[in-house]
Amino acid sequence: MTKSTRQPRTKILINSGMALSNVLEIPTSGFNFENVARNVALEGLLEGGQTKTPKPMKTGTTIAGLVCKEGVVLGADTRATSGEVVADKMCAKIHYISPNIYCCGAGTAADTEKTTDLLSSNLTIFSMNSGRNPRVVMAVNILQDMLFRYRGQIGASLILGGVDCNGNHLYTVGPYGSIDNVPYLAMGSGDLAALGILEDRFKPNMEMEEAKELVRDAIHSGIMSDLGSGNNIDICVITKQGVDYIRPYQESEYKDKRQKRYKYGPGTTSILTEKIVPLELEVVQETVQRMDTA
Amino acid sequence: MNTRGLRSQLKDSVPVTGMGPQVGAYGVQDTLRSGFSSVKNELLPSHALELSEKNFQLNQDKMNFSNLRNIQGLHAPLKLQMEYRAARQIQRLPFLQSSHLALDTLKGNDESISFEDILNDPAQSEMMGEPHIMVEYKLGMM
Repeated sequence: MTKSTRQPRTKILINSGMALSNVLEIPTSGFNFENVARNVALEGLLEGGQTKTPKPMKTGTTIAGLVCKEGVVLGADTRATSGEVVADKMCAKIHYISPNIYCCGAGTAADTEKTTDLLSSNLTIFSMNSGRNPRVVMAVNILQDMLFRYRGQIGASLILGGVDCNGNHLYTVGPYGSIDNVPYLAMGSGDLAALGILEDRFKPNMEMEEAKELVRDAIHSGIMSDLGSGNNIDICVITKQGVDYIRPYQESEYKDKRQKRYKYGPGTTSILTEKIVPLELEVVQETVQRMDTA
Repeated sequence: MNTRGLRSQLKDSVPVTGMGPQVGAYGVQDTLRSGFSSVKNELLPSHALELSEKNFQLNQDKMNFSNLRNIQGLHAPLKLQMEYRAARQIQRLPFLQSSHLALDTLKGNDESISFEDILNDPAQSEMMGEPHIMVEYKLGMM
């Protein structure tokens, strides 16, 4: 905690106990908890009044993934909500981790974004050091350590899918740091609906097209049954050959079309009066500075 | 050189009651920066993670060293801690920001990025310790 301050020289006469606590406090990097008490007090004050604290943007969400014969298929919807309002209609929930690993994120939008960013940076450093693509277990372990360290305060539920030298993998990481390695998976507020479809039609070693259709159907049922999911469907297909990030795989049937153009054309506002006031300036002083070009 | 100037490196973790009064200048509560004082604020951490984050690096080190001792014997953590202690002495004057490059390389922090590198960078800190007092403290004259 940063508590060292500038002190005038004469005031060293404070008893040394107090001065020591001033002197030794080197500001620590990382999270700073100074404002927590203040925030709690503010929330108590505001709840009774008219204003409410702004709600963080959550990716309500349906995300799903499954392992097929040639690789891994990940799918997600594209709606981000902030309280009861749709904050983003075209939110990208499938994040890039490394050339062979992608991650879908549900929960608080900022948390999933930042966590996957950090993970991606760490794995990039690793790839540069070792010269190879990272393995999915590495990504999962790094995530698990990070999320467990913060005891669930980072609200990110993630589905990691990737192809590496050991095969095709699909993992889920919960906000408290729990992991699970499964062939098919759904997370988010719409996961129950999506899981129903997946449970019904999943078979091991499916063909690519069939797998894409199944994921699309799972996300679609999540969109239909859950208020926090909606708009378009994104699909990401990861194979040994490469990654196909199809965004959007399917657009929503309920796209709104603007009836008119809302831009104002020139001449919309009529000019009523015009008054010109000339500004008279007189030269007070003139100085010439020679430039030395020698 | 007076060894009192080199404080013990592996201090014990900060206990719960070690939150301490928030003193500002003149030794009194700094109301502008930390709000009104209350006994509860000083005794208990205000956030669930506050204590665990304060002690995190320390506890990790303790755990790793004790693991290492159990696996490889006493010499392993002893050697490592000696190297850490040596690397920790490579720094600028106490009130200036040092890069801790050697220490970071030894600990492996140069190959990973976490919230410590992004948030609350000490190099961007707006407050500075009083140079004379800090140097006197470091040299053990206080």
